[in-house]
Amino acid sequence: MSKINLIIKREYTTRVMKKSFILLTFLTPLLMVGMVSLIVYLGSIKDDKVKKIVVVDRTGMYKNVLKSNESYNFQFADATVDEMKKQNDDGNEFVALLYISRDLSVDSTAAVMYSDKQVNMELKTYVSGMLNKYIEEQKLAAYNIPNLKQMVEKSHTNIDLKTIKWSEDGKEKEASAELALVIGMITAFVIYMFIVIYGAQVMSGVVQEKTNRIVEVIISSVKPFELMMGKIIGIALVGLTQFFMWVLLTGGILLGVSTAFAKNIDVSSIQKMQQAGQMGMQSVPADQLNGKMQEVLMAVNGLDFVQILVMFVIYFLGGYLLYASLFAAIGSAVDNETDTQQFSMPIMLPIIFAIYAGIFSAENPDGPLAFWCSMIPFTSPIVMMVRLPFDVPFWQIALSVGILVLSFVGTTWMAGKIYRTGILMYGKKVTWKEMWKWLRY
Amino acid sequence: MILEVENVVKQFAGHRALDGVSLQVPENSVYGLLGPNGAGKTTLIRIINCITAPDSGEVRLNGRRMTPEDVSHIGYLPEERGLYKKMKIGEQALYLAQLKGMSKNDALKALKYWFEKFEIQAWWDKKVEELSKGMAQKVQFITTILHNPKLLIFDEPFSGFDPVNAELLKREILELRDKGATIIFSTHNMGTVEDLCENISLVNRSKVVLQGNVAQIRANHATDTYLIKTDVKLRVDGFELVSEQHKSGFFESTIKKQMQDTNNTLLQRLMTQTEIHSFQEILPSMNDIFIRTVNEVPDL
Repeated sequence: MSKINLIIKREYTTRVMKKSFILLTFLTPLLMVGMVSLIVYLGSIKDDKVKKIVVVDRTGMYKNVLKSNESYNFQFADATVDEMKKQNDDGNEFVALLYISRDLSVDSTAAVMYSDKQVNMELKTYVSGMLNKYIEEQKLAAYNIPNLKQMVEKSHTNIDLKTIKWSEDGKEKEASAELALVIGMITAFVIYMFIVIYGAQVMSGVVQEKTNRIVEVIISSVKPFELMMGKIIGIALVGLTQFFMWVLLTGGILLGVSTAFAKNIDVSSIQKMQQAGQMGMQSVPADQLNGKMQEVLMAVNGLDFVQILVMFVIYFLGGYLLYASLFAAIGSAVDNETDTQQFSMPIMLPIIFAIYAGIFSAENPDGPLAFWCSMIPFTSPIVMMVRLPFDVPFWQIALSVGILVLSFVGTTWMAGKIYRTGILMYGKKVTWKEMWKWLRY
Repeated sequence: MILEVENVVKQFAGHRALDGVSLQVPENSVYGLLGPNGAGKTTLIRIINCITAPDSGEVRLNGRRMTPEDVSHIGYLPEERGLYKKMKIGEQALYLAQLKGMSKNDALKALKYWFEKFEIQAWWDKKVEELSKGMAQKVQFITTILHNPKLLIFDEPFSGFDPVNAELLKREILELRDKGATIIFSTHNMGTVEDLCENISLVNRSKVVLQGNVAQIRANHATDTYLIKTDVKLRVDGFELVSEQHKSGFFESTIKKQMQDTNNTLLQRLMTQTEIHSFQEILPSMNDIFIRTVNEVPDL
């Protein structure tokens, strides 16, 4: 077995066998699925306590408009706001007070809701929805045109703009800008995270070898460059292992959860959506809702997942190699981990810039910012991942990958030179100028 | 000559670390590399190990110019040495041995032998952070010599060793030499130089200032002083009395002979005075020679 393989093997096995790695690898998907399920679950349970809302209606017109439901109970009171406020000193009498001072069709600002706490969105939309609908009907009725209500209801349309993209073989694919955005942002963020986490691991690994004083023992048997590359490649494999484990585990858990609860979720969630629709201003028919779901599925099919996955691995490796070698160079130049901060700052900046550039690129994936940032090697791994689901021309991908490869060969070569000198330097405060000198040895 | 260093120069940014250094190490001997801190010893050792390259000059192993491949025949224990704290002793020793090019089986066999010899088999599954410094040093020593190198280079091997381990190390160095290895070590400890080394080079301010056989060097630095034990007090006659002591019935005198006298003429002079119980030439210790030689160089 050649020496660099031995180093890769050691870096890989010691890290993969670590308790923290195993815990993180297995717990993260559980946590993610758990968090999503928790949000879904918490959203689905209703507050079973009926909340009392007192209505002080000076017009007396809205008694039949405000209907109580399972969450809210409207009670009308013949008192002033101040009297009611006094009654509710302990805050237990009612949660909110709705005060209607004038005819709302004349003055649309005449309804006010008072509460000890911030009134929640659900209550606010529920009340205003009911009032709006009623006033609208009132106004329509005032025109005295027969069957106007039915005509309006018929004329009510809901345009759903479908986006279909022409693929090169002339087929039409349904595309979804929202889905592309989500996929792009997630992959870009994962790359960002991996570069930062595993780049930092390379750096601290190098610093540890240096402070442990083991480095000189090892470079008497292998070349410094082999030691550096062995470490970088070993940690890259750790990162890929973790990523694929996450994908597999998350996929597995989601599949398990969804098959186990498939029926319950489908029925109840659709019912809930229908209820929500009826409560609001517009009602979405159930068949239209099913159509929406199919659309999402179609859009998912419209994305080229194989391409995204392949490019993810390429950009992950490229971006990681570019930054990891720089992190290794810094680790070699300092004496302890606290000193790494001042030097890692200039390296962290382009990564952080890249994530912002990625967010802005998502809004205009073919704009100049997106284009240039997906060519510059320090930002391309992140920005290009954002652009990919929006269909990037092949020549741009090829050019971007080409530049990235050349750049990481360059930075690795440079880092190797700094590393070679740095790991044997002890007790010297290193400056940028000094590192520049090592580069030219 | 197993190792020859010829006219090696190494320039760093601010100063010249080695300035025309040459030395020859005879096969199957112990060679001492002496010198004060910052003299250039570690740089020279790193050049021999191909860790850094000299600006000019060359290093020859067995008469051939050394290549990086030759390094695997060298066992090198650096001055700044450490181990991976979180790794188990056995795995770590095996890893280092494999990096030196040993096969897994050979390495395991050799490790078993040395772990038994040093009675540390029980440590195999322990992590380095659980060991004391002295224990870690034993492990480092083993990993240095495991692949049976013909040439061993120890940089300050005795620094940080407790006396028990230092004694063990000395014994092992001599044993390795008897088995045919050549050992070069750098040290400040002049006592061990007298005990172990046949030849030395003294490096000071990037240059070799003294080189040769230890016994020869000591003889050359003889100051013509003798320790003489007699019954009665000596009468100064044809020599110089440096000091005198009356101890348990004898007079012990340190005297300095005249330049033109030989040992025998001095003895003859003394014999006429009294009965001589002992006559011993005082050779300067390596420590004295070291300090004197280093201080001789004028400040630039």
